[in-house]
Amino acid sequence: MEWEVVIGLEVHVQLATQSKIFSGASTAFGADPNTQACAIDLAMPGTLPVPNEEAFRYAVMFGLAMNAGIGKRSVFERKNYFYPDLPKGYQTTQLEKPIVGAGQIEIHLEDGSSKTVRLHHAHLEEDAGKSLHEDFHGMSGIDLNRAGTPLIEIVSEPDMRSAAEAVAYLKKIHSIVTYLGISDGDMSQGSLRCDANVSVRLKGEEALGTRAEIKNLNSFRFIEKAIKVEAQRQIDLIEDGGKVVQETRLYDADKNETRSMRSKEVANDYRYFPCPDLLPVVLSDEYIEQVRGDLPELPDAKCARFEKDYGLSAYDADQVTQERATADYFEQVAAESGEPKLAANWVMGELAALLNREEKSIADSPVSAVHLAGLIARIKDNTISSKIAKQVFEAMANGDGDADTVIEAKGLKQVSDTGAIEKLVDDVIAASGAQVDNYRNADPDKRPKMMGYFVGQIMKASKGQANPQMINKILKDKLDALL
Amino acid sequence: MAVDAQTVEKLAELARIAISEETIDEVSSRLGDVLQLVDQLQAVNTEGVEPMAHPLDEIQVLRKDAVTEPNRREEFLKLAPQTEAGLYLVPKVID
Repeated sequence: MEWEVVIGLEVHVQLATQSKIFSGASTAFGADPNTQACAIDLAMPGTLPVPNEEAFRYAVMFGLAMNAGIGKRSVFERKNYFYPDLPKGYQTTQLEKPIVGAGQIEIHLEDGSSKTVRLHHAHLEEDAGKSLHEDFHGMSGIDLNRAGTPLIEIVSEPDMRSAAEAVAYLKKIHSIVTYLGISDGDMSQGSLRCDANVSVRLKGEEALGTRAEIKNLNSFRFIEKAIKVEAQRQIDLIEDGGKVVQETRLYDADKNETRSMRSKEVANDYRYFPCPDLLPVVLSDEYIEQVRGDLPELPDAKCARFEKDYGLSAYDADQVTQERATADYFEQVAAESGEPKLAANWVMGELAALLNREEKSIADSPVSAVHLAGLIARIKDNTISSKIAKQVFEAMANGDGDADTVIEAKGLKQVSDTGAIEKLVDDVIAASGAQVDNYRNADPDKRPKMMGYFVGQIMKASKGQANPQMINKILKDKLDALL
Repeated sequence: MAVDAQTVEKLAELARIAISEETIDEVSSRLGDVLQLVDQLQAVNTEGVEPMAHPLDEIQVLRKDAVTEPNRREEFLKLAPQTEAGLYLVPKVID
């Protein structure tokens, strides 16, 4: 039997406003507990919420970037449930009339193909506080700093068919919200979180299978693993004659398994109703058009421009434009060095490896765009070989200054002096009698390959600094003269 | 229209309200009265009337995105029965 996995995602994105969605308390991350929870956030009697206009502007920006309809008249509703991190006993959210309607985006997969994923809608809502379960004499500690932080919840249609597609979709959402600057997108701080609705069905079947919802996935890697393991659980269950139950499940990364959250099942009746404390929010066409006019260049447009203006391959352009900071960095290196292709290779190669190794973002890169451009310029004008360039790059990463300073200080300048290279070649030939004989007696077709040994020895003798093109030429002439 | 005892118990649980055995009948009949009123409202012909999200025919005013609330944690913490390390303490909740 061939199974098909069907995935829909609900993505929660914290908006980068200064203050909360309904109060003037700060949303800054990392403050002491409860120092940013005001009377409104705490649901003190007699308080009234007043919505933050910036949260609406951000939501509209997002909707426009998703090619979605904008709710010109949106309404807040109360979603009623009890949990200690929700002081009001309800979450103020949107249901019937959300700020962002149906839309669609294109996602790019590893194999180079693309796919359209439809957006069901996106709505504005408030985040809840945090429960801390460390030992407080058998009690839980509640920090309400996060309560009231503005979120957009982005609900996709069940259009994804693999964990890889789900990750590609999420990366696209991440890319869009960070390009727009409406969220820092920092998953480790919970700025972007995801619930995955996963079901399976036999390939070719129309009807959707019963779904399970995996809650609170907060890294790309966990999302991929959780979806894979949950899909397999459902397939095994059905093949063993069982039935999937509609329920909420939690992914346990340590055990790489999902497990049922039974406690959530009891109160699955949220009794939504329009919030009497808030009036409908009405946005004019002029306002929406003004927001549209202020949108920055988005990843797809930037990708197309990089292909066209810089001659990058579709793959390179996609890689380099996934994050706005990377795209900006690349553009600066490309402009300063005049070598876009080399710039892309270095940004996606050595630089990405360095940042990965040091767990740094490109904004905190130890090698600045100007320094990298300087290095590329020295490769271009043959001052150093690509191989030596990696050594210079490491030195720049260690804070040894720009490329010219490092090359000078370490004496890494490429040797392009004919006399010096001839001497190196002569020395190696003289010391390699056996290899020279082999070369002479070999089939002419095999000889080019046999040159590798000599080139290696010469490079070693020059500490990697001899110009490789010149070595090749001089070596070939000298060896051929011995035939 | 009467509300059966099971529905009353479910509503009570959702609202986290304790209702004793003896009062279930009374609550049931009072909820029935409310639903009767709703039935009367629903019987009114509302053809051509736009549904409203709010009884006031007004639109919401928005505020500027600025931090205006000072930290008043110590005052708020004093109102809670139990606190520690700046946190409100509640009976253990864990999924």
